[in-house]
Amino acid sequence: MNDNPLRTRKAEWLVTAPSFVWLAVFFAVPAVIVLAFTFHGHDASGGVGDWSLSTWRELVDPDYPAIVWNTIRISFEVTLWSILLAVPCAYAIARMNKRWRTVVAGSIMLPFWTSFVVRVFAWKTMLHPDGWLQACYITFLRVREWLFGWLPAALQQALVWAGLASEGRVDVATSTILDSESAVVLVSVYTFLPFAIMPLYTAAEKFDFSLLEAARDLGAKNFYAFRKIFLPGIRQGLVSAVLMVFIPAIGSYVIPQMLGGTECVLIGNKIFMRAIQNRNIPHASALATLMAVSVLIPIGIAVWWKKRQDARGRKRLEEQTARLVMTGGGRAG
Amino acid sequence: MKRSMFSVAVLGFVLAFLYVPILLVVAYGFIPNGISMSFFDANGDFAGFTGKWYAQIFSGHYSVRALLNSFWLSLTIAGLSTVVSCVIGTTSALALHRWKGRLQSLHHALVYTPLIMPDILIGISLLMLFVACRVDCGFWTILAAHVTFCVSYVVMTILARLQDFDDRIVEAAFDLGAGPWYTFFKVELPILLPGIVAGGLLAFTLSIDDVVITSFVNGAGTNTFPTYVSSMTKHSKNLPSVFALSTLMLIFTCVLVGFSKLLTMRSQVPQRRR
Repeated sequence: MNDNPLRTRKAEWLVTAPSFVWLAVFFAVPAVIVLAFTFHGHDASGGVGDWSLSTWRELVDPDYPAIVWNTIRISFEVTLWSILLAVPCAYAIARMNKRWRTVVAGSIMLPFWTSFVVRVFAWKTMLHPDGWLQACYITFLRVREWLFGWLPAALQQALVWAGLASEGRVDVATSTILDSESAVVLVSVYTFLPFAIMPLYTAAEKFDFSLLEAARDLGAKNFYAFRKIFLPGIRQGLVSAVLMVFIPAIGSYVIPQMLGGTECVLIGNKIFMRAIQNRNIPHASALATLMAVSVLIPIGIAVWWKKRQDARGRKRLEEQTARLVMTGGGRAG
Repeated sequence: MKRSMFSVAVLGFVLAFLYVPILLVVAYGFIPNGISMSFFDANGDFAGFTGKWYAQIFSGHYSVRALLNSFWLSLTIAGLSTVVSCVIGTTSALALHRWKGRLQSLHHALVYTPLIMPDILIGISLLMLFVACRVDCGFWTILAAHVTFCVSYVVMTILARLQDFDDRIVEAAFDLGAGPWYTFFKVELPILLPGIVAGGLLAFTLSIDDVVITSFVNGAGTNTFPTYVSSMTKHSKNLPSVFALSTLMLIFTCVLVGFSKLLTMRSQVPQRRR
């Protein structure tokens, strides 16, 4: 092994260097620069001023917390809708025979061979105030008003947080679906849905469907079996699907910019505004830091959960091994 | 069985949801009126289809020249960043596969983190780097940015291929007297080639479609196809040519994907007979 010239320390450095140096220069160093800029003030000419905490103090500006909260809320909404649609899809595809499975799974990814911006543009044209989707939207608003209008104020507020109702009274006559939050949620779900279906489908494909039959034979109702057997069975896929939707939704910027109008401004749009239009580099950096934190928290939770699951799995394995040893090597002996 | 019917219905709905905008992209390429973006004229009569947007693209008409230029720029940048990220990605994957020290765990973190960061954070941090170093944004900054976010995807694709790579082949090559370069080009590269091609294809599609990162580092006046399209304001007269060009791209990629499927199927047939 030692005479292998590819196993030396020098060889390791040589082979690692290209990617390591590239990513250090263009990924790690910029991240440090962003963090450093948040501890600088900004000057009027669009440059970066001296070291100070003024940027972090200015973030208390009522504008920013509202935007951060809005971004997280909308990302939750988009994730919820995507998962609700993706789970039945993954189930349906996994139950097909092999030929159909590849065809349908392929046709779910196929729309993504057109340019993302062009697809958003097509949506923008579809959501035009003269279009048929506008009529659907007005009907939706009317039905929602009729459904929830009589509820007490506290419950209404809860619905607002759940993303099922909007803040304050909606003027049905003048509201348009274009330049509204609903448009952003709709097109975000459209964009991220395949990325939720794929990991769920991969997990569902490995799922042993005879377990569901067994549960039904033992008297479980369809939905009960689905909830207690199928969903836990694909939980790894569920976690990756949630992350695959939630993370890009937090970073979303093109969709709210093209379809959200002035009503729906998210962190991404504010970062772009501050960085490119107002040339307030420290503020843009601070917002980017906030966004990184709101992405890293769910990832941290997922990693912790995975570790716990693995530990549990190991414990179960140890218990099984111990039992096997105690019974004298199992039935084989 | 009832549950199964429900899930099939949801699947049908989702497929329709995914395909309606694509069909519209194709239809809008034939729209007669580029200002109102409607198939109907002022009297509400159907105005028919037109091929003039396609004619403009193929003849290089002056009104679509900026669009076509941005398209060629996108192709150039996607091509170059694919090549660079494939080279860097291959060495990176080899290093990650071969050594398991502290350096490699740091290296792995460096490769993996860009995958879980939203695009906009990569864009803004690169802009900050270029601001801090006083670099003028343009072609080269776009290229550097694209390589940066493509490399991680290429590495992951090649690493997946390396998982069922028999390391003893390399040892055998050394034992038989081959040098490190000879071994790389004659033994490792041919085995890794499918992984590199797959990673390269992924890098190409990511690069040609990227709008978020590019819009941070493109500077004034340099536009790739996606940033040019997103900068076209509400009532651009050339919108149908954008849709026509996208339809052409869609057909091209479908043919490409079908062709590669056919190739893999062809290469599988003899194996199946054996």
